[in-house]
Amino acid sequence: MSSANNLKKSLLVLALATTLAACSDNDNDPVVEEPVVVEPIVVEPVISEFTITFSNLTAGQPLSPLSVIAFEDEAPWSFGTTASVGLEMLAESGANEEYLSYESALAAISAEGAIGPGETTTVIITVEEQETLNLSFAAMLGNTNDAFTGLSSLDVSTLEVGGSLSRTTTAYDAGTEANTETAETVPGPAASGEGFNEIRDDTADIITMHPGIVSNQDGLSTSALGVEHKFDNPVSKIVITRTQ
Amino acid sequence: MKTSTLTIAILLAAASQSTMAAELDLKVTNLTKGIHFTPLLITAHNSEDTLFEVATEASTALQTMAEGGNIAELVAQATAAGSDMAANPAEGLLAPAASTTATLTTTDGNEYLSLTAMMLPTNDGFVGLNSWKIPTEAGTYTINLNAYDAGTEQNNELVVEGSGAPGTPGIPAAPGGDAGTGGTGVLSGDTNTNIHIHPGSLGDDDLEAGNSDLSNTVHRWLNPVAQLTVTVK
Repeated sequence: MSSANNLKKSLLVLALATTLAACSDNDNDPVVEEPVVVEPIVVEPVISEFTITFSNLTAGQPLSPLSVIAFEDEAPWSFGTTASVGLEMLAESGANEEYLSYESALAAISAEGAIGPGETTTVIITVEEQETLNLSFAAMLGNTNDAFTGLSSLDVSTLEVGGSLSRTTTAYDAGTEANTETAETVPGPAASGEGFNEIRDDTADIITMHPGIVSNQDGLSTSALGVEHKFDNPVSKIVITRTQ
Repeated sequence: MKTSTLTIAILLAAASQSTMAAELDLKVTNLTKGIHFTPLLITAHNSEDTLFEVATEASTALQTMAEGGNIAELVAQATAAGSDMAANPAEGLLAPAASTTATLTTTDGNEYLSLTAMMLPTNDGFVGLNSWKIPTEAGTYTINLNAYDAGTEQNNELVVEGSGAPGTPGIPAAPGGDAGTGGTGVLSGDTNTNIHIHPGSLGDDDLEAGNSDLSNTVHRWLNPVAQLTVTVK
């Protein structure tokens, strides 16, 4: 607030200076103009801080470290589009370094670690205040080929300090890896298979909702997953509170 | 002064009465990974003439849609009821992750929205919305839609050409081209013959044999299966 006031004051000073200059133009008497000394104004950026809690609602799916990206216009992922390599890595392996280097990010941060079923983690993101501010979230369901959950875009532009938003999230399929559920391809603790592989062999290379896992107890004999890894929507709960 | 304020208030009230009709922008998105929707039907109707009602027996018109994707009878029914409608806005199938849009101007008294489309490949599964009250306040509203089972056909999960006619067992088509053949037929103990939430397809991991012609890694789904965005102008 104080910097906003400073800004207003400085605008007033500039306006007065302009008016004086205009007056002197209309004056026929030669007047030696005193140079107007304008003190440099330092406008300190207003920082918004959001504290996010992320709860794992599944029966038996670990969720990889939550990625939070603040952005203005273009979300780092969207339903019905082709996943970026960063999202592919996140959804196939849980690793989010590439994903968080998203070029249109105003700020990006990862929660400290993965969370197991029933657990909650907290992560704080700070970003310079601006007119349009959105947050995007993503985390892998570890015992799957390329399932992830999150929110593509949540508008927090008008969220007041102390205010909060609560959302539950569904499971998405990155569309980058076929859902074979084999021990070789599922990276989570149920199988410890390969994570990221750049080959895209899914039915269609687009982000859709996830159809759920089948498991070896429900007709997929080559699956490394058991009935305890099945999930249904919603898979997580995200609460965003503006704390500054 | 008081009188004129009152007059204005009355005039405003009268104006809002006469603007019960709404102009709607509609957008339907198929959220699934491996299910196509047959032609969509979206109707604005009065409190009575919904396209379907959960936990009741399906009409023949609804059965015809749910088992074969044919909406002609539902359209005829809705026309007779004086409903406003957007019929087949996608002009055919709506593929996984695809969207279609429509505009709908509702007439006085048609204050509810309903939607249906068959889900392929299923025996009698459909995506549905049943009597959603259209808000009077301008704005954009998002509704998640679930998968229903018409309760009119056993879910044997066998792809059989020509099985789209009501009462003919089988799945008429698998538009994704990713279904199998040679299944022996899923024996389901589902005895609910009223419209209910679809229990989901089973599928199997053998495209040339097994119980089902569906693939268990491709043709399953979780709710919601579609999203409807309604913009009230």
